[in-house]
Amino acid sequence: MTDATVSIPRPARQGSSLFKPDGRVKRRNSAETRFRAYGMTAIVIALMALVWLLYSIFSAGLPAFRQTFVTMPVMLDPAVLDKNGNRDPAELVKVTTVGYSKVLDASFVAAVEAAGIDTGGLTPKDIAGLLSEESAATLRGRVLADPALIGQTIEFTALAGGRIDGYYKGRVTMGSATLDSNVKPEQLMLADALRERGILTQSFNMGFLTMPDASDKRPEAAGLGVAIVGSFYMMIVVLVLSLPIGVAASIYLEEFAPKNRLTDIIEVNIANLAAVPSIVYGILGLAVFINIGGLPQSAPIVGGLVLTLMTLPRIIIPTRAALNAVPPSIRDAALGVGASKLQSVFHHVLPLAMPGILTGMIIGLAQALGETAPLLLIGMVAFVRDFPDALPGGLFDPAAALPVQVYNWTQRGDPGFVERASGAIIVLLAFLLIMNAVAIYLRRKFERRW
Amino acid sequence: MNIAKFTVSALAMAAAASAADARDQVQIAGSSTVLPYATIVAEAFGENFEFPTPVVEGGGSGAGRKKLCEGVGENTIDIANSSSRIKQSDIDLCAQNGVNEIMEVRIGYDGIVFASDVNGAEFAFTPADWYNALAAEVVKDGALVANPNKTWADVNSALPAQDILAFIPGTKHGTREVFDVKVLEAGCKASGAEDALVAAKGEEDGKKACLALRTDGVSVDIDGDYTETLARLEANRNAIGVFGLSFYQNNTDKLRVATMDGVVPSTESIASGDYPISRPLYFYVKKAHLGVIPGLQEYIDFFVSDDMAGPDGPLAAYGLVSDPELAATQAAVAAGTPMGPLE
Repeated sequence: MTDATVSIPRPARQGSSLFKPDGRVKRRNSAETRFRAYGMTAIVIALMALVWLLYSIFSAGLPAFRQTFVTMPVMLDPAVLDKNGNRDPAELVKVTTVGYSKVLDASFVAAVEAAGIDTGGLTPKDIAGLLSEESAATLRGRVLADPALIGQTIEFTALAGGRIDGYYKGRVTMGSATLDSNVKPEQLMLADALRERGILTQSFNMGFLTMPDASDKRPEAAGLGVAIVGSFYMMIVVLVLSLPIGVAASIYLEEFAPKNRLTDIIEVNIANLAAVPSIVYGILGLAVFINIGGLPQSAPIVGGLVLTLMTLPRIIIPTRAALNAVPPSIRDAALGVGASKLQSVFHHVLPLAMPGILTGMIIGLAQALGETAPLLLIGMVAFVRDFPDALPGGLFDPAAALPVQVYNWTQRGDPGFVERASGAIIVLLAFLLIMNAVAIYLRRKFERRW
Repeated sequence: MNIAKFTVSALAMAAAASAADARDQVQIAGSSTVLPYATIVAEAFGENFEFPTPVVEGGGSGAGRKKLCEGVGENTIDIANSSSRIKQSDIDLCAQNGVNEIMEVRIGYDGIVFASDVNGAEFAFTPADWYNALAAEVVKDGALVANPNKTWADVNSALPAQDILAFIPGTKHGTREVFDVKVLEAGCKASGAEDALVAAKGEEDGKKACLALRTDGVSVDIDGDYTETLARLEANRNAIGVFGLSFYQNNTDKLRVATMDGVVPSTESIASGDYPISRPLYFYVKKAHLGVIPGLQEYIDFFVSDDMAGPDGPLAAYGLVSDPELAATQAAVAAGTPMGPLE
């Protein structure tokens, strides 16, 4: 060919040297420097957003883990609590929390007087206003459990009211108290005096993790107990259903199913379902499980079923990837020594894919744990105060869930719930962190590379 | 195949449990305005009665009534809370689904207040001020013009010269209905705009035009809760927000309430009728569930008892305006009188 002999004029490389970068090299180097700078900027922005998010959650939420308590002797007056003096349980339950709050308030006023504190003209009602309304219910529960206490003087630790608690967390100040219709500055001064004498103390708020939700009048008593149990029950349902179904579906699709148009359609649909907005599963759950299936509202079983549907495609995809990552030589070797297809899968491929499957499973569960939208529609965003029964019957009792409890609390009027909502986010983040850490640990420990 | 066996047995167990498990707690859904009151009563009910604590859900008045009318049976709710009266369409839907008898229980009244940042200026409004500040068309020098007012002082020289910016409830809220009727319509009449609008557009369209708001951004619809309105107010301290009385009473350290027609909103001034902007709150009980769901009759009796809904009860302390005719409601609830047709 004649073309081959034509010499292409090359640019003369005048003075080019490896040690002296020319313009082109400089441009390439500066392009790289710029790209690194972009990368760094992106990461710094992401980190700043994360730090800001965590700061705002933790600064608002950490106070939820500390609570103000008042410890005092309470004289359980039989004249109020057991008028007939026969300790008959049927009669004792007739005394409501109104009666118990009278007993409690009288004892508290007496304790304030005994401590020799000048109350500055506060009425007994104002003094009693330092205590949470929850305390009377706690006291009633304790007495009904042990009626022999009536007539005795017991040491009782009561929750302080939400505004008093807020005072020690900086939410309420003397200045805001003068404007606040729910608390007086004199009450805060009394609280300070009680604190000096050790009657009013602050300690770790175990109740935040163990107590049920409380009404708008008692932000100080609101806890995550029912929500944690509800979330736990739902995760059990998700685990029990989606692990076998998801793994079985993946194994069939990956190892046994013929490659034809039908399996292609199924494959595309699974990938599609993983991207369907989760609220759609809530609508489906409401229609299928509650309206047609007749399952109860607000129950963890329905939440669990809905979340199972949502989680399944998100489990099938990583499980298939894990199965796919097992080299074909393993299967060939098993088949070669006479194992059946089923044996080769269950004895060799599945154990080797297990770390990947577990990781996918745990991450799927973590996503399900943090999911709120589908639960809105099936009645999980409710005020639930009674703990569900033990498993399995408890699956059909009403319960809340962690993310919807956050949603619920952010809508309440009392400012005390802002702190509770952020505290609940911290608890949820802790659970997610633990689950993701377990997933990473399992992957690191059992992962095999070929 | 252990996995398969396990799954089958788990499902069988679940099915068996569901068959054996009858619902033993009252289920309630509806208005987010009534929600705090219902939770306060539910909490006290659970503490003092042998029945489990009722489960209370929010979701809005309309959604609650729709759920109530889904049918009769354990997987439908027993009570719908509502901040507005039931509509004929709801009653029709109920009848269609076999829910024939509904009890209407009025629990009290809710005030709607106008509040601004606690460190801001004092406001003394009339409905006409609000109409002139927010309406699309107002009467200026005897003629109907597009709203030219920039500051509250333009509206009424007695008000501070602060830019007009109002956070009002979105149209899906029951509160908005009250705002429309008691503030905008009243203001439309009082400012003389109604006559001018009716004259210009005819009877029907003129009255409708009273509710048209200006769209230049000074009137902002809030579709979320009062907590959102408060957050917007804290970000924009010149604004004025519309709140429920109970929300205001729990945030008096952050909000300064405005008077309306010279009356300070309080449970007393609303009960006496001096404060003009209030509405009744209701709940609706499915009569077919009385005697079937344990504790339902006891719960509604307890709700309307003097201990709860009375003027000295916890609901009044939280901001509910006690119903002067509570005794009649108590009698109706005890007798189980279903509601008649809407008049």
